[in-house]
Formats: sequence, structure tokens, C-alpha cells
Amino acid sequence: MLRPSVLAFTFLAAGLAFASPAAAEEKFIIVQSTTSTQNAGLYDHLLPIYHEKTGVEVRVVAVGTGQAIKNAQNCDGDVLFVHAKPAEEKFVAEGYGVTRADVMYNDFVIVGPAADPAGVAGSKDVSGALERIKQAEAPFASRGDDSGTHKAELALWQASGIDPTADSGGWYRETGSGMGATLNSAVGMGAYALTDRASWIAFGNKGSFGIAVEGDQRLFNQYGVILVSPENCPNVKAELGQQFIDWLLSDAGQSAIADFKQHGQQLFFPNAKTS
Amino acid sequence: MQDFGAAFGQAFALILSGDADLLEIIGLSLRVTFSAVALACLVGLPLGAALAVGRFPGRMAAVTVVNALMGLPPVVVGLGVYLMLSSAGPLGVLQLLYTPSAMIIAQAILVAPIITALTRQVVEDLHGEYDELLRAMGARRLATIATLLWDARYSLMTTALAGLGRALGEVGAIIIVGGNINHVTRVMTTTIALETSKGNLSLALGLGIILVGLALLVNGLVMGLRSSAARLAYA
Repeated sequence: MLRPSVLAFTFLAAGLAFASPAAAEEKFIIVQSTTSTQNAGLYDHLLPIYHEKTGVEVRVVAVGTGQAIKNAQNCDGDVLFVHAKPAEEKFVAEGYGVTRADVMYNDFVIVGPAADPAGVAGSKDVSGALERIKQAEAPFASRGDDSGTHKAELALWQASGIDPTADSGGWYRETGSGMGATLNSAVGMGAYALTDRASWIAFGNKGSFGIAVEGDQRLFNQYGVILVSPENCPNVKAELGQQFIDWLLSDAGQSAIADFKQHGQQLFFPNAKTS
Repeated sequence: MQDFGAAFGQAFALILSGDADLLEIIGLSLRVTFSAVALACLVGLPLGAALAVGRFPGRMAAVTVVNALMGLPPVVVGLGVYLMLSSAGPLGVLQLLYTPSAMIIAQAILVAPIITALTRQVVEDLHGEYDELLRAMGARRLATIATLLWDARYSLMTTALAGLGRALGEVGAIIIVGGNINHVTRVMTTTIALETSKGNLSLALGLGIILVGLALLVNGLVMGLRSSAARLAYA
């Protein structure tokens, strides 16, 4: 009868699975962050430098800014590193975060197909471009996922006096997914899309697409970092989290951000206030 | 589409290079998947057999529910497990969120109904054949269940493979509870999702080809084991 040994093996396997080795020994923090920074490859550049220096492992969960904030409110992270300033300030004001600091910026761009059905290529006026896209009823792929980029896009439509959601499902298409997935959809549909420049430069499936609109001041994209409040979340590793934030804002962290390049281009521009 | 050709090229180049990150990701994929299926078998095999042999009111309803749960949406399971394991949730003190254990739990929940439902069917069919014999031998219910499970073991391997298939290719649940953290909770499927979102389509497809190859390998090993074990048993 082999049965008991089979059972014993099954138990053993299950037991092994739950004993996660090594993870307990190493110091780590969890950072709730955005898909744009991860997809661009920023963390693959920054985190090894930081780990080398401090021995602390930084575990990044990359989701949309909306979901990242929600996760941080649930105390499922030590640091929040996102790009939606009003939502970040609200997060701090409501007591979920300690303080907010600027880390770096880049800018948003509107990308579109070479055919340029709305005739916006080369424009520097976002509002004008959005109006022409609406008038031409040219397809526009929106994140539609409450992310930082989505919030920025909605604010741009609003500033242009347009309610694109009225045409949702028509020329205005909400993908409800991350930056890369939305760019894949946009390329597939020949639709315009708003993206941060870093995601676009690092994106590998551009097809015939190029940047159509850039250079408008309203396309500024600021990233901020916040320590999740240890008063609200007793499990937060406040010391380790603050250490990571301090490094990001320090000269060493800021120049590490500036050094990060993809295809020869700098993707994020450090702008922490020197204290 | 030159992506397909490039994908095969990428897949082979990756395998040949023996890339350490790739091996780590494959290792974690296998660890999570096998652990989840083992856990699911632990619950599903006895439960399925009990459903097959037992006679109690509401049995048909229970069978229907288990069968329906085979279609559990992974994202919903992921969300449920996230809410349980979140620091704000009832099991938050365990600090399991964003660990492989959380991924194993989520996948075990997805796989358990499949194991239970298929075991129920296999054992019930066998029970129909053996019922009189077992009764004549005066076997008690627990002994009946054990005997039937043991006798159905080769068919039940296919059941486990069905569960394995579900777990190995699943991404919706584990990306929520695991977080797709590099070197911690990144597995084959979440890497494919990430590379797709980076627009690295041929790399993503190449990883997909490796994953399918892995599934083939596991299935081949289990079927080989099964046939050689069966030869030994019935020789």
C-alpha cells in the first residue's frame, strides 16, 4: 500500500510551499507605484543601486495610481510613489500619508497614427488638438482606469470644455487597462492616446505611431512620493520607508534618476526641493 | 506578422542562454502551481469522493455548486483573497499579501473546485461498478472512499493535470495578490502580461511558447509516470 507515503508527500509539498525561505531574513519595504515608471524600466535601474548601498530590498507593486492609492489606504504598502498631485494631497490631508514631496517630472504627449485623421500632428496646443479629435470623431483610446494618466487626460478634456465620455464606445474608447495595454490597443485601432513620454519612449510596439502633440505647459507630469502614515497603519515600516524616500530626494537618488536613459533619451527629470 | 518568427527565435535564445532571471521565474511558477494543486488535491480528492459516495439531502445542490465553481473568475478570486489578506482585512496580521503564499492560496481556491468536481465524477462512475462488491465485503464508508480513490488513481492523475493546467496559465488572480514584484512574486504569466504591456510582443510571445513547452513537459512526465506505474501494477 503506497497510499500513506503519497499523502505524506502531498503534505510535505504543501508545507514547503508555505515556508518561504530567505524572505523573512532580508529587510524589505513595499512601494505602491504606477505602471508608467515600471514599464519604462526606472525601477530596474534604481532599485539595484539602492539595494547595493543599503541592503534594503524595495518591492514595487505597479498598478494604476488610483489602485495604488487605494492599496496604500488599506495599509498594503510602506511608500506611495505616484503621479496625481491632487489625489496625493488628498491622501495626505485625510491622514493616510505623512507628507508629500516632489521627486521628478516628465511630460505627457498625445501619440497618434501616421495617417493623422484629425490633423493634429505637430501641434503644441492640447485643447485645440482635443477639439479637432472630437470634431473629426477620430478614435481616441483612454486609460479609463482612474490612473494618474487617466486623471490628467480627463482634466485636459475638461479644460477644453469637452465631455468625451458622452461618446464613450463611439470614437472615445475607454480601455480600462494599464498604459502599455492601452498603447497596444491604440496602435491596433489607429487611435490617438495620451501617454507619459517615458512609457512612450520605452514602448516596443509603436507601429506607424509617433508623437502628435507635445510641448504644451499643461502636459506637465509631476511624480510625488509619500510615506504611508504609521499612525494610521501600525504595520508600516516607517524608518525603512523614510530612508528610501530620503535617498530618492538626496543628490545621489536624484542623479540616479537623471542617469536613467532608454534609447539614449532621459525619461525622468529630478526636481526634488533641496532642503 | 514577423512577430511569430521573432517569438520562436526569442524563446530559443532565452532557453539556450539559461538566463538566471528566467530560471528564477520558471522555478517560482512551478513552485506556486504545484503547491496550489497539492493543496487543492488535499481538499478536493476526499471532498469529491465523499460527494460521490455520500447520500444526504442537498447532495445534488452541492454537486451543482461545485460544478459551477469550476468557472470561478480568477480576478474575482484574486480580489477576494486580496481583501482577506490586506492589512485592512481579517487576515492582515499574517502579512501574506504580495508573497508566493498568497498566490498559492488564490490558485488553490481556483483549482479546488475542478479537482472536487472531476473527482466526484470519476469516483461516482467507479462506485457504480464496485458498489455491490464493496457492500458484500462490508466496507464502511471511509474505507469505501479510500478504496475508490486508490482504484481511480490513474484517472485522478488526469484530474490533477486539469487543475495544473488551470493554475499554470492563470494570471488574473496572482497578479492582484502577488503584485508581480520582481524577484519575489514574478512568475511566467505575470511576466508575459508585463512584457505585453511594455509592447515587447515577441518577447512576451516567446515566454508564452516556453510556458506551453513547460506544460507539455509536465504533462508528458505525468503521463509517462502513469503508464509505467500502470504497467507495473497490472503486469
